[in-house]
Amino acid sequence: MVVRSRISGSPPRTYSMADLVFKNITRFFAFLVLLLMAAIIVSLFIGALPAIRKFGFGFIGNAAWNPVTNVFGGLVPIVGTLVTSAIALLIGVPVSFGIAMFLTEMCPARLRRVLGTTIELLAGIPSIIYGMWGLFVFAPVFSQHAEPWIDSHLGRLPLIGPLFSGPPIGIGVLTAGLILSIMVIPFIAAVMRDVFEVVPPLLKESAYGLGATTWEVVRYIVLPYAKVGVVGGIMLGLGRAIGETMAVTFVIGNSHRLHSSLLLPGNSIASTLANEFTEAVGRIYTSSLIELGLFLFIITFIVLALAKLLLIRLSRLEGHRS
Amino acid sequence: MKVVGCARVLCASALLLSVCAATPAFAMDITGAGATFPYPVYSKWAEAYKAKKGIGLNYQAIGSGAGIKQIEAKTVDFGASDMPLTMDELNKGGLQQFPTVMGGEVLALNVKGIKKGELKLNGPLIADIYLGKINKWNDPAIAKLNPGLKLPEARINVVHRSDGSGTTFIFTNYLCKISPEWKTKVGNSVSVSWPVGMGGKGNAGVASYVQQVPNSIGYVEYAYALNNNIPYALLYNHDGKLVKPTSQSFQAAAAGADWKGAPGFYVILTDEPGATSWPITGATFILMHKAQDHPDRALEVLKFFAWDYAHGGKMAEKLVYVPFPPSVVKLIEDSWSTIKSSDGAPVWKSTMAAK
Repeated sequence: MVVRSRISGSPPRTYSMADLVFKNITRFFAFLVLLLMAAIIVSLFIGALPAIRKFGFGFIGNAAWNPVTNVFGGLVPIVGTLVTSAIALLIGVPVSFGIAMFLTEMCPARLRRVLGTTIELLAGIPSIIYGMWGLFVFAPVFSQHAEPWIDSHLGRLPLIGPLFSGPPIGIGVLTAGLILSIMVIPFIAAVMRDVFEVVPPLLKESAYGLGATTWEVVRYIVLPYAKVGVVGGIMLGLGRAIGETMAVTFVIGNSHRLHSSLLLPGNSIASTLANEFTEAVGRIYTSSLIELGLFLFIITFIVLALAKLLLIRLSRLEGHRS
Repeated sequence: MKVVGCARVLCASALLLSVCAATPAFAMDITGAGATFPYPVYSKWAEAYKAKKGIGLNYQAIGSGAGIKQIEAKTVDFGASDMPLTMDELNKGGLQQFPTVMGGEVLALNVKGIKKGELKLNGPLIADIYLGKINKWNDPAIAKLNPGLKLPEARINVVHRSDGSGTTFIFTNYLCKISPEWKTKVGNSVSVSWPVGMGGKGNAGVASYVQQVPNSIGYVEYAYALNNNIPYALLYNHDGKLVKPTSQSFQAAAAGADWKGAPGFYVILTDEPGATSWPITGATFILMHKAQDHPDRALEVLKFFAWDYAHGGKMAEKLVYVPFPPSVVKLIEDSWSTIKSSDGAPVWKSTMAAK
């Protein structure tokens, strides 16, 4: 009783003072993020204003990028960012899922630690290393051995054929997407493994006890339990893919032309900014680049919002079911 | 109390700083920012100058466009640009412009079986390749210029710069002079809307794209082709003569130029006449304010470049740049009389010329 009253009763004055200071400092830090965010949006918007005034909504749909005539459109970089990120996730998510599933459900304990550490190490490699590896090692091999095959087999297919037909250059949107997928795998796989690991063994063992296969356990026990974390991991990977600059700049080809083929060079928002910002002369040119930055911000925001919506819908569905 | 103390310290240090800046006797480092192309030679000169005179140069190779922005904002003592500003632009910013060194550009190649200097090209062919009108290596037009050379039946992969660059300015300036179609369709600038090809970042980026992508062609500073041992093409010049990229052929292009009659030294050395002139040559420039808030710093900058003109030629040549002949240096140093301190006295006096 005595102890209890001491805890619930008002603490000594010095403590309450310190508490107050501490609380305010932490609150200040938290609000600082909000403030920074607002400041970034406002300054991006102000910077982009001359381009917004000049090009209006046409900016999004315009594939021209001509510093000589001062006509700029964001279509090529925006499409490039979306397409490379989509390729990265299309390959990265299944592979990461496989890695996480193997590590948590099927891997011998000794190997588990080695593989886990390797994946964490991969996440720590600077992106420029991936870019240089992509340009000097991956691109030549890809252009000599993979692209001719892609062109002659996938390129002939109906519907998706045009996406995969083209000359074997080794540098282009597809290469950028592949490099990005390698870069996002460690992020997504590490998060997935962590969230799979915290699934209570009791649940899994009960399922196994009822005769479920490994796949059924993962599909009906692990995944539903860990879905928030899984979506979070994918978003983390997507965030990296959307904003990745150096690695993409090395292998995407930096061309402001819109091609139907993924084998041909393209551009992304981040690499356009990295390439052109320092040497952009003139108000409209600079302002158009800043507007691209604003779009990158908006794309990231939309992606995050969609992820949140997805999670809300998932939990609501669950509510209905039970 | 503490805040007041802090403010006092700040005031004192600000005062100290302004005193430092105003005292000429104080050994200072000069600052510059801009073009990446002359960065190797500027840093070499700076090293030698520091050893001799004790004054260092802090040069940031952030690109010509950024260099122009920095000098306009007066954050540096001089800006550096590969693209000369026109007289209008100079007058608007109150700037003075002069060239330091020259360099040449070559078309680097990666075509199986074609070695250094084996392929011959001329201006119209280069323009058509960069326009995408010629897109196979065994195109009759290329074969006609290169009888006996085995050209592959392969697509030409065109490489250009992805960042804005003085190198691109010089290259597109050449194409504009050669091809009316290029002039109307694409134009001349530090970055353009390329009809075909892929973009590499910086000279190094273009050089590595050319090395990695088979059947490619790309324009780079000669030094990059030389240092990376990349094959390059020989070119037919304005006079219709076949020339090799060498210091002599770059200098020949500069020798024919009319520096005297060009206000602000606005000379672009592309497609210059002369039997031995290399057709894609250009100079790199320094920008300074005419009205100097810090005449002492401006003087140190001018002294630095005067010393470079006098003693830096060998160093420049070692790095495959081309120094200016004494006659042009004289013109440049004479032009410095327009750089004045706030009381109207010229910062530079001709008696100061480096010995």
